[in-house]
Amino acid sequence: MTTPVLNVRGLRKVYGSAVVLDDLDLTAAEHSCTALIGASGSGKSTLLRCIDLLEVVDDGVVELDGEDITDPRADGNRVRTRIGIVFQSFNLFPHLRVIDNVTLALRRVHKVPRGQAEEAGLAMLDRVGLRARAGARPDELSGGQQQRVAIARALVTKPRLMLFDEVTSALDPELVGEVLSLVRELRSDGMTMLLATHEMGFAREVADRVCFLDGGRVLEEGPPEQVLADPLEARTRQFLRRIIDAGRL
Amino acid sequence: MTATPSLPWQPSQRQRERDAYRRARTRRSLLIAVVSSAVIVAVVVLVVGRSSGWARTRDSFFDLRTGWHDLPALLRALWINLQIMLISEAFILVFAALIAIMRTLRGPVFFPVRFLATLYVDLFRGLPLLIVLLLVGFGIPSLRLQGAPSSPFVLCIIALTLTYTSYVAEVFRAGIESVHPSQAASARALGLSYAQSMRHVVFPQAVRRVLPPLLNDFVSLQKDTSLVSFLGVTEIVLTAENLQSQDFKFVHLVFAALIFVALTVPLTRLTDWIARRQGWINPGSVI
Repeated sequence: MTTPVLNVRGLRKVYGSAVVLDDLDLTAAEHSCTALIGASGSGKSTLLRCIDLLEVVDDGVVELDGEDITDPRADGNRVRTRIGIVFQSFNLFPHLRVIDNVTLALRRVHKVPRGQAEEAGLAMLDRVGLRARAGARPDELSGGQQQRVAIARALVTKPRLMLFDEVTSALDPELVGEVLSLVRELRSDGMTMLLATHEMGFAREVADRVCFLDGGRVLEEGPPEQVLADPLEARTRQFLRRIIDAGRL
Repeated sequence: MTATPSLPWQPSQRQRERDAYRRARTRRSLLIAVVSSAVIVAVVVLVVGRSSGWARTRDSFFDLRTGWHDLPALLRALWINLQIMLISEAFILVFAALIAIMRTLRGPVFFPVRFLATLYVDLFRGLPLLIVLLLVGFGIPSLRLQGAPSSPFVLCIIALTLTYTSYVAEVFRAGIESVHPSQAASARALGLSYAQSMRHVVFPQAVRRVLPPLLNDFVSLQKDTSLVSFLGVTEIVLTAENLQSQDFKFVHLVFAALIFVALTVPLTRLTDWIARRQGWINPGSVI
């Protein structure tokens, strides 16, 4: 068996007395797309933040391409250059133009010369359909456009693994589609990705595996058609029932 | 969740190793800090201690016995500084808030108010405090107006208030403008008047945000109270100078300096502590 891109074992994360992740296991093979579902507070975001080393884990291990990145001796900055993350609230830098948002890491972290970085940045913006807005400020863009820039910003450094943290939750319904179709494209390009989402329909379509998080662990996982349509666990059924009642599936 | 009650969590072998590693790193950083500090102190002691004038300087600046002996006189004088500071501060806070709000009023009706407030801020922010102090301190008494204050103590307070109100007003204004317009809009939507939304919604948020720069201005004010010695008020610095002219020891000024620092540091820590306890400052992330 080949080494998975991501291998999480026994992950634990605690905030004060609240245990958010409790002995969580998860693996993601190369070119796989894993959807994380679960109620808010079930630890989806915390898991993604732990994988990107934005949080210090309290126990357990996260391996990226077989390397233990949660080892305190690992260089966190270098690890983060191999992982791309897109947040729910875009988090573009408001004082920088779109193109500068996209090229910041290339120029400052990867030391790519300005001309070359801008070329790569424009190509990436072209891919997300926003080349024409390269000179704009983030606040001149719609939410969907901002999120597409955020995706371009994460992709431009060619990460091994992409993390999507409810990337459409802050968008108006008519803008959700443009972002999802971009994620879909990435998927068909073979990007390895992990996406926390409330879009069950999208999870079913794009993911090859769905993980239901509950009580700080992966309670149930499997192919989307099984987990979403015929879950084994009562908690999963209960969660999906509520989603269906809310008209979201 | 499993039905069987799971055992209470015990750190894994790996986690215990990590914790041990982090503790070792902390110890190492601490050691480096201690050693480097010791080296710097040693270098300073050697370089300064070997200078030819060190013995004389020490007798004048670090004659702790003399300094200690005259400390009560300094502390008595300090009370004047504190009074000037506290009284000025109260006026400054009130006037600065008013000026700041005056500057944020919109519409042609308020043009004169806005204009005067802006003029005042532009003028007094540009004037050196010492000039304001001398002009107020000698100008107002020379008018010989009936009822005009002539006590240097009061004149100092007027001068400090005039200058510092202009600074603090700008701090407040920056705070007010940093509160997102949607906050004012939601307040108005609830039926609050402009004044009410300012008083209950916008201004309280503004104050929280500008607390650190506000404190900065008050520390600065605390130090600038020593300038009132130019009007002959025997506050702490003038007292120290008088003592120095009697026994030619600079130790009094060194002690006065230490007293100022001793006042400022706890004030800063107190503000940080209050802000953190109230959750005004975001707890830092690990990155």
